[in-house]
Amino acid sequence: MIDALQRAAFEYFPRVTHPATGLVADTSRPGSPASVAVVGFALSAYPVGVTRGWMGREAAAEHCLRVMRFLSRSDQSGRDDSSGFHGFYFHFLDLGHGRRVAQCELSSIDTAFLIMGMLMAAAFFDASTPEETELRQLALELYHRVEWQWAQPHGTAVAHGWKPECGFLNYAWQGYNESGVLHALGLGSPTHPLTRAGVDAWTATYQWEHLYGFDFLYAGPLFVHQFPHAWIDFRGIRDRFMRDKDCDYFENSRRAVAVQREYCIRNPRSFDGYDADCWGLSAGDGPAAASQRIAGRRQAFAGYASRGVPWGPDDGTINGASCVASLVFAPELALSALRTMYTRAPGDPGSSVRASGFNATVGDREQGGWLSPGEFGLDQGIIVLMIENFRTGLPWALGRSITGIRRGLKRAGFTGGWL
Amino acid sequence: MAVSSAERAKSNYEREYLENLCPTGWRNPAPQSRYDLLILGAGPDGIVAAREAVALGARVALIERHRLGGGSLNYGCIPSKALLRTARLYAEMRHAENFGGVSPARIPFDWPAAMMRLQRIRARISRTASASGLSREGIALFFGNARFISPDAVAVDGVTLRFKNALIATGSGPLLPGIPGLAEVGFLTSETVFDLPELPESLLVIGGGPLGCELAQAFARLGTRTVIAHSEPLFLPQEERDAAQMVSDALARDGVEIHLNSKAVKARAEGKMKAVDLLRDGQSMTTTVDEILTGIGRMPAIQGLQLELAGIDYDAERGIHVDDFLRTRNPRIYAAGDVCLEHRFTNTAAASARIVVRNALRRGRERLSTLTIPWCTYTDPEIAHVGLYVQEASERRIPVKTFTIPMHDIDRAIADSEDTGFVKIHLREGSDHILGATVVARNAGEMINTVSLAMATRIGLVALSKVMHAYPTQGSAIQRAAEAYVRSRRPSRLAAWWQSRQI
Repeated sequence: MIDALQRAAFEYFPRVTHPATGLVADTSRPGSPASVAVVGFALSAYPVGVTRGWMGREAAAEHCLRVMRFLSRSDQSGRDDSSGFHGFYFHFLDLGHGRRVAQCELSSIDTAFLIMGMLMAAAFFDASTPEETELRQLALELYHRVEWQWAQPHGTAVAHGWKPECGFLNYAWQGYNESGVLHALGLGSPTHPLTRAGVDAWTATYQWEHLYGFDFLYAGPLFVHQFPHAWIDFRGIRDRFMRDKDCDYFENSRRAVAVQREYCIRNPRSFDGYDADCWGLSAGDGPAAASQRIAGRRQAFAGYASRGVPWGPDDGTINGASCVASLVFAPELALSALRTMYTRAPGDPGSSVRASGFNATVGDREQGGWLSPGEFGLDQGIIVLMIENFRTGLPWALGRSITGIRRGLKRAGFTGGWL
Repeated sequence: MAVSSAERAKSNYEREYLENLCPTGWRNPAPQSRYDLLILGAGPDGIVAAREAVALGARVALIERHRLGGGSLNYGCIPSKALLRTARLYAEMRHAENFGGVSPARIPFDWPAAMMRLQRIRARISRTASASGLSREGIALFFGNARFISPDAVAVDGVTLRFKNALIATGSGPLLPGIPGLAEVGFLTSETVFDLPELPESLLVIGGGPLGCELAQAFARLGTRTVIAHSEPLFLPQEERDAAQMVSDALARDGVEIHLNSKAVKARAEGKMKAVDLLRDGQSMTTTVDEILTGIGRMPAIQGLQLELAGIDYDAERGIHVDDFLRTRNPRIYAAGDVCLEHRFTNTAAASARIVVRNALRRGRERLSTLTIPWCTYTDPEIAHVGLYVQEASERRIPVKTFTIPMHDIDRAIADSEDTGFVKIHLREGSDHILGATVVARNAGEMINTVSLAMATRIGLVALSKVMHAYPTQGSAIQRAAEAYVRSRRPSRLAAWWQSRQI
């Protein structure tokens, strides 16, 4: 089950990669633009594919090199049809030309995932062939080109994004969230590092909570507790916050899984399907269906949304990938839930887990409910990486070897363990 | 045309209310040589101070420019809460199925009836702070515009009043947004919204603070197509994110069209309607409505006081500068309430006025910073808070741990179909000392008082866990949080083992 899931998820990347630019589609749906975060996941997944024999090393290196060459030459003018600015990239790019689409934002977090992917590929492709040498050079060049400090417009918290139409967005990285990789890379940059004020502004808004019997650093959606762990091995390393709490971020994610499961057992909004073996509220697609009366209230159903516990939004939609990504934290709970989702969720076995969402409360209930059509790149990426971390720890090993990450974590105050 | 009995009743309520708070033909008393305490402003703080001072045997003058009772009674808390209750009734009628009932097929709305109720309530409450009543209590009550003429004297419409001590309690007024075209098309504020002759078909609320959120939800529930525009990413920027998000969700459920992170940049008339351009992340859209309500905040009422002549420091945003004893730079002049405080709440105004009376007349040394101040935003669900927020504690390097009880774990909340919300009690980690709390619940404003009591009397969560609460009540969520704390105090190795067994 695990092997089949991981391989099917890996195959998403070569399948939806544009042959000329190397950019990777955000979703498998027709007309999907590229997402720079998904490119980052693809670059991180190729080492796994090579190691598992699903793709030749040269072909994988060629995939990585193609997109990195393209991004190194793409328009960085910050104009409304460019691909980036100050080394950052717009969240969504036209697959064939790399131009910004849909007036999307220049994204600090999606750029961080992209750069992380480049550095992962550089860490893996360590041969002295011309291709792999160029790949490593490009990865460092593009990492060093990012002006991380520019994304601190007020000198403190890092901005979510910027638009040519309005400048920096009115949102910054505050409250525990998935920005661990962004802060580590930014602080570790040898050229344009984030100031320490960014991470201080972030951690000052952490909330250490006791909920359902568990002490943990609160964040509602499961992906927040998982995405940074796809690349960074947080076992045994701690910053000041976690030292004070006698915990670490890995253990914290274990507890977050337990809180998710506990919420679905309680199932306060009485959705079909929720129980001890069916949980996983996270960012993902949703049915966007007409509202209906459920358990004495009118329930609306969102499309793509960041769902979370215990405060929602919750419309009965489960993201299977978040359950897969829990394997490293709570293997017994995650495996038990995955087996249940394989048999109970709508669609073919496995496809429901890799789909961006399913909802047993809406759609054809006899078929198990609604299933998100197609696949989303972020889900496939987290599945490939977290299963590999569960099986061999390869992504973590690569992440540990990246100088920028080590330096950034140390600057953020992390000590202990492999640091 | 014959006057209906309803209109007669309405005008009687209005007459009683005005007669109590701003009597026609009122004659100011002859001034005494010098007052022990002269108070500018007869809002909740001014009236409390006057009564407390008279009870101490002081000679007290109280000066009011407009109506007794201040913004709270005349334009703020009381009228808005009266309207919110009517709105809640309509929401419940519409959603009767949620409670096992049947919604009426047609729910007509009667704005004059709602306004008559509001006026009846206002008239009733005005009896407790009437001009004649205050005079009978021994307070020298003056109506008129007051201004300082020296460090120890004010003039009220040409009459000089001298004082040993003075208290400035002039309150605050609505902060008006500088949006081009808004003044030309006309807009409502918290002071004029209750004068509407009829329920508007559509309304744009500018500002997602407490007032904006409360009234947006109320008007939506009454049947007005309501749009709210707020310049920040979340409503109620000072509140916890989860709490603010719950308000946003609640407003959306009630049908409010929400525009967060959106600035109103221009207004213009389009026929009988008002068009307002909203700008979000560089993208512009226009909303067209019958009425516009601004609720972006309040500013201290200091205009015309001639504070310079009394040697008082101030600025337009913070108002009058005071120290922790509420004293201005002029040692005989104090300030209280909205005119000088960050927390512009009626309860805080009254509490600060009491401090002033004790400090000014009894040589007290009471500090503002020792107050435990709870507050509440009366949306549905309500958001109530007391003490520190987690971020404030973190910034002061105080280690914090939060005990969280979702309302969906509380039997009474489930039975009431009101299980949206939470109780969060923030502790100094490693102790049961309460730093603060936030409650989101249907009656959060009532529930927070238990935590305020505990904080003011320095009761920790261990003691609170032993206070038996009536069952079933929503307030028992506080006790549940206390019990969770007591359970978590197990020896750490045992607790760790127990947690690991759960995963």
